[in-house]
Amino acid sequence: MNIDLASASALAFDGLLAALIVWLAWRLLTVADLFRATVLFIVLGLLVALAWVRLRAPDLALAEAAIGAGLTGALLLDTLRRLGPQGAADEAWPLRPTPSRVAGGVLIAAFGSVLAWSVITLPPASSGLAAQAMVALPDSGVSNPVTAALLNYRSHDTLLEVAVLLAAALGVWTLDAEPAPRAAPVDPVLAILVPVLVPLSIITGAYLLWVGSKAPGGAFQGAALIAGGAVLVHLVRPFAVRATFGVRLLLGLGVAVFALAGVVLFVFGAGFLTYPVAQAGWWILGIETFAMLTIAAVLVALFAGSLTSRDARQGQR
Amino acid sequence: MTTPLIYGLAGVLLVCLGLYGLLAARHVLRRILALNVLGLGVFMLLVSLAARAWPVDPVPHAMVLTGIVVAVSATALALALLRRMAQDARSGRLPEDREP
Repeated sequence: MNIDLASASALAFDGLLAALIVWLAWRLLTVADLFRATVLFIVLGLLVALAWVRLRAPDLALAEAAIGAGLTGALLLDTLRRLGPQGAADEAWPLRPTPSRVAGGVLIAAFGSVLAWSVITLPPASSGLAAQAMVALPDSGVSNPVTAALLNYRSHDTLLEVAVLLAAALGVWTLDAEPAPRAAPVDPVLAILVPVLVPLSIITGAYLLWVGSKAPGGAFQGAALIAGGAVLVHLVRPFAVRATFGVRLLLGLGVAVFALAGVVLFVFGAGFLTYPVAQAGWWILGIETFAMLTIAAVLVALFAGSLTSRDARQGQR
Repeated sequence: MTTPLIYGLAGVLLVCLGLYGLLAARHVLRRILALNVLGLGVFMLLVSLAARAWPVDPVPHAMVLTGIVVAVSATALALALLRRMAQDARSGRLPEDREP
């Protein structure tokens, strides 16, 4: 067996990164302070984004860093702040082994070994659906295979995904537990950075949408960047995303345009969301643009959504 | 020992850790963190399976991208539920986990 130095060092790096990821996951679940656990989770998300790069998934790396680590981390930290020191207190030894936990752990370990064995015995090289995806790529309207899979081959999934996002925003609105946003002293560094970063994030988000047809990028990554800019603004000047008509229109537009495109193609074309080959690129771009606006709006609404003002709610109670 | 195998096994470990944390944790925020770790493990498993191909199989990538976005919306909803429960019941734990 002849392993050259380059691939041996690459494997060493992968082994180290994987070990670090697993150790971080264990650490964040067992550390007593929830704030520390959340910070570890954000670091875990960024390391997993590195793992995506090593696994040749740059689109995922972009989305993971922005949404998985960034936005999820912001949501967790915001919730911790709202819970307060009393609500965020947890026991000193969070996952201490009790008899029932040990029994559950044994079962999970058994399940894990079966899973690991099945992963080990898989063939090391297998084309999966890559061949069919590449053969159909010239007719799909884009040249990035992941975007083709997302917006063409599995377009029904993406339509439902945007609907799931909308449902989550509605759920957060309904549960709304936050009074009107508090006025906080503005961090001077943020005050200088935000007017620069927010326009940049909008431009870069739009660019990612456009370039997603040929290179890593797309609607989700662009939306995540724009939402990140909006979260920055919220940090400097807190706002609440109320259910005004304009906001509802923005949230509903993604699903509406997507579904409408499908219906139009069903009635006048070859089938639901079956794009005509010559114009497929433009159909995809149009749907993606509205989807990006909606996804960005939903991500911001998940972060800063508030259905009613404090006065209206206190009047009901 | 290949790159996909390393990350596949790491994914399996993350799935186990996430499952254990989800079932065993007391505080709901920790359960939500464990749920996210479980999701990361599943994604890692999917992507490492896809990385065995060249050119890379794009369909699992699209699935994981969908999964990342759905995971963040599920997390946001779960956090909203947690905030509401903490506001109404003054505890970050489910009723069966609270101190009597």
